[in-house]
Amino acid sequence: MRITQGTFSYLPDLSDDQIRSQIEYCLEQGWAISLEYTDDPHPRNTYWDMFGQPMFDLHDAAGVMVELAEARRTFPDHYIKLNAFDSTLGFETVRLSFIVNRPSQEPGFALEREEAAGRSVRYSIRAYATDKPEGERYR
Amino acid sequence: MTSAADPAEAAADKAVPKEAALDLDAALADSGVEELLGTLETELVGLTPVKTRIREIAALLLVEKLRGQVGLSTGPPSLHMSFTGNPGTGKTTVAMRMAEILHGLGYIRKGHLVAVTRDDLVGQFIGHTAPRTKEVLKRAMGGVLFIDEAYFLSRPENERDYGQEVIEILLQVMENQRDDLVVILAGYRDRMERFFAGNPGMSSRIAHHIDFPDYAPDELAAIARLMLERLQYQLSPEADRALVEYIERRRKQPNFANARSMRNALDRARLRQANRLFGRHGSKLTRDELMTIDAADIRASRVFDAETSAEGASS
Repeated sequence: MRITQGTFSYLPDLSDDQIRSQIEYCLEQGWAISLEYTDDPHPRNTYWDMFGQPMFDLHDAAGVMVELAEARRTFPDHYIKLNAFDSTLGFETVRLSFIVNRPSQEPGFALEREEAAGRSVRYSIRAYATDKPEGERYR
Repeated sequence: MTSAADPAEAAADKAVPKEAALDLDAALADSGVEELLGTLETELVGLTPVKTRIREIAALLLVEKLRGQVGLSTGPPSLHMSFTGNPGTGKTTVAMRMAEILHGLGYIRKGHLVAVTRDDLVGQFIGHTAPRTKEVLKRAMGGVLFIDEAYFLSRPENERDYGQEVIEILLQVMENQRDDLVVILAGYRDRMERFFAGNPGMSSRIAHHIDFPDYAPDELAAIARLMLERLQYQLSPEADRALVEYIERRRKQPNFANARSMRNALDRARLRQANRLFGRHGSKLTRDELMTIDAADIRASRVFDAETSAEGASS
């Protein structure tokens, strides 16, 4: 099951050239770009690990692309996303975020039902990948 | 043209007829480089060998562009440079211009200049250097990385110095990402020569070794006049003569830093002028007086003191 998360999530994965253009746009807006990775695809998992430090004062997408290549080399079978942080007053938040790398096999989620009081049912989802400990998923 | 390029040439001939020769002027006008080279000519005094080399580089890049347009084989030339020369000979200024020119010619994408020294690249502990250097490189991508006093990167007397790591990372990026950034190393001539002798890999990856000559006295005077003009000051005729004398004397003293010394001298002259104007309160000032630097403002310099006490001559 293909994970959809962030901007452009219902489009096919962006090519490197498309990623580069997006980065160029972000840099034009003065946003700082950072990379994050994880192997826990749960949609409520908001705390991904940072790959290196956020990149401030860049002028050209080439710098980010170098870092992205490095991240893909280090975590070929992880999810990697690219965040663009807008520091201007009033925003001070991530303005753009999209997935730039994903595992080749994405097993998807199990639906779990929990019997609660009075015959009510609580639903939750659990990624099959997280059956294994961190670092051993998606092999 | 070599025989190897012949098939490509034949193909190009079919695509574009002979009158393509006219394109050079159009391309030149299109790139806006002529304008940049023009300002280089008027705003930078002297430096003939430097200007010649910049013209050559500009010409090469334009020709490459045209060759690309008619389908001839083009290889992006390596444009890493080393600027050597005494202090105050305009290395940083030219590097800044170089970024604009290369941007105008489309060789680099953004045209900004990131100026760093050893401190910005070398880390303080093991494992600190590589991320630091890479961060600087990332910032410089799309533009020019200017490393001032580059010879400090190499400390041959200390084998474990982190500078060597910087050099290795630099070499790798200079080789593999030639179209992403241009590296300019700058420093004094003799020390740079020693640096290159100790790092042959660096020397061989730098295609352009440009030497900045010292300025002649009349060039220094021209620079000083240009600086004053930009600050909206003027020299009285006597002050102009004093300036020429000042330059003669200052050049012979230690720590002479060419244009930088001129700027410092002018700053001090402005200080004295302001003080002189203050000293005569009561009378009204004219616009002309506010703009004019007198001979006295220049002759009050220590440079003249030393001379008069030594020889008991002059003014």
